[in-house]
Amino acid sequence: MKERIRIAAGQGFWGDLPDAPVRQVEGGPIDYLMLDYLAEVTMSIMQKQKARDPKAGYARDFISLMKEILPACVEREIKVIANAGGVNVHGCAAAVAEVARDLGLSGKVKIGLVTGDDILDRVDDFLARGIELRNMDTGEPLSSVRDQIQSANAYLGAAPIVEALNKGAQVVITGRATDTGLTLGPMIHEFGWAGDDWDRLAAGTIAGHIIECGAQCSGGNCQYEWQSIPDLANVGFPIAEASADGTFVITKHKGTGGRVNLPSIKEQLVYEMGDPRGYITPDCVADFTTIQLADDGPDRVRVFGIKGRPATDSLKVSISYSAGYKAVGTLVYSWPDAYAKAKAADQILRARLDGLGLRFDQILTEYVGANATHGQLAGPPSPDLAEVQLRVGLRGNDRASIERFTKEIAPLILTGPPGVTGFAGGRPKVEEIVAYWPALIPKDEIVAGVEVIEC
Amino acid sequence: MRIQLAKIAHARSGDKGDTANVGLIAFRDEVYPLLVREVTAARVKEHFKGICKGDVERFELPNLGALNFLLHESLGGGGTLSLMTDAQGKTFSTALLRLEIDVPENEARDLGLA
Repeated sequence: MKERIRIAAGQGFWGDLPDAPVRQVEGGPIDYLMLDYLAEVTMSIMQKQKARDPKAGYARDFISLMKEILPACVEREIKVIANAGGVNVHGCAAAVAEVARDLGLSGKVKIGLVTGDDILDRVDDFLARGIELRNMDTGEPLSSVRDQIQSANAYLGAAPIVEALNKGAQVVITGRATDTGLTLGPMIHEFGWAGDDWDRLAAGTIAGHIIECGAQCSGGNCQYEWQSIPDLANVGFPIAEASADGTFVITKHKGTGGRVNLPSIKEQLVYEMGDPRGYITPDCVADFTTIQLADDGPDRVRVFGIKGRPATDSLKVSISYSAGYKAVGTLVYSWPDAYAKAKAADQILRARLDGLGLRFDQILTEYVGANATHGQLAGPPSPDLAEVQLRVGLRGNDRASIERFTKEIAPLILTGPPGVTGFAGGRPKVEEIVAYWPALIPKDEIVAGVEVIEC
Repeated sequence: MRIQLAKIAHARSGDKGDTANVGLIAFRDEVYPLLVREVTAARVKEHFKGICKGDVERFELPNLGALNFLLHESLGGGGTLSLMTDAQGKTFSTALLRLEIDVPENEARDLGLA
């Protein structure tokens, strides 16, 4: 049993810096590379891709990444854990196996597949059995949007990842798994932590929370003394150096930019936090009020003292459903009186929309440069503002009405207040809204599948 | 004297559906009790009037010198439903740092804030 392992985060979200995982592999010693590819609406996109092509429905970026890093990972025994499988874990694994064969690594790579999260085909069965999958935020039963559902996945925890690692997998591919489970899994596997060792499971979970947003804990988006954070162009993504006793150090590779210090870690700890005493995952309930931090030298923060409680008997389910259409149109008004002009344009636009009798649910006007982010807290806009962007958004179920709205933006240039520009992009695009429906499901309804294939 | 939170604390914010969370962190541990006393849920609700349409909840993290606020019904429906520029509540952090609190002169002096 190893006493200490280094788990590197390579993607903070789907679309993060493409080279970050490569730099994590090449920039210094690591034992695990953890990659998060799934945003909340990603699964619906992948379901659509799979409907068109049964071989699709997973993160293609992961395959090109594996082409680049798999030889180094095999040579240095770096294990890769990624939720890149989307809604087609088998398709993703087959593509990785093909990459391995093309690279001449046949017989050298075992791929672990974690399935069982995709419950799209089981939704009617759940509803029929009285499992209502009510929206955690609004309390509404899922039946109210049944016909609009595009994907449904339960969040799996660390356990099936551990099983895949225990069976010798070098690359573990999951569908919907918690970000924290991707980090906790290797710790349980390496240190043999018991399933009811709540304090250590909570510690591994919190390590996962810290590194799951990539560089957001190592200098990116950091308010504390942001001007002095060095070389963000070459920002180092985080590494959790985990010990068997449940303590860990957050650091980054030497020679990289960014900064790991107490303020950078604290900022990430409070990110997307609810009740800090009860951070609920499939694996445990972690108590953020027990976290102790200590400076451990340059770009190193030691984390210890963490307490956890038993896991709940539910799993979170992430459902995506089609929820109408939206479009956002923008124009830029210049000095003098930029804000007054933008405001007048908005009134003209709204009068025209009224006259057209369009059907929509919501219209929102913002004045970027004046108060779009801080509202009335920004104070009254100065007449001397150099420019203000008028930003009008519309949302509704009637696609034709939203389409019609998009034709009303450009005409404002020749038929509204003067000093206006910023319409290079053509008409605004109408987007289908895929909304997110969080729910809970009894844990015993979900059985994760684990298999390991050789390639 | 009046002190703006931006002078004594930093923050990060995010979203969960239509709820924005703002974590407010004291630059120095000695300042944390001042935040606990002055930056109440009611004060934050008042600060965000017109922006936060629901309740404000507050949680204390003395171990981090931090407070966590949940601002319900603040993101225009949240996620992809929201039409807001800041649908994810990322800038609620700096919006909170605009808040000014009243600190007695002698306390401000003792804390090295005056």
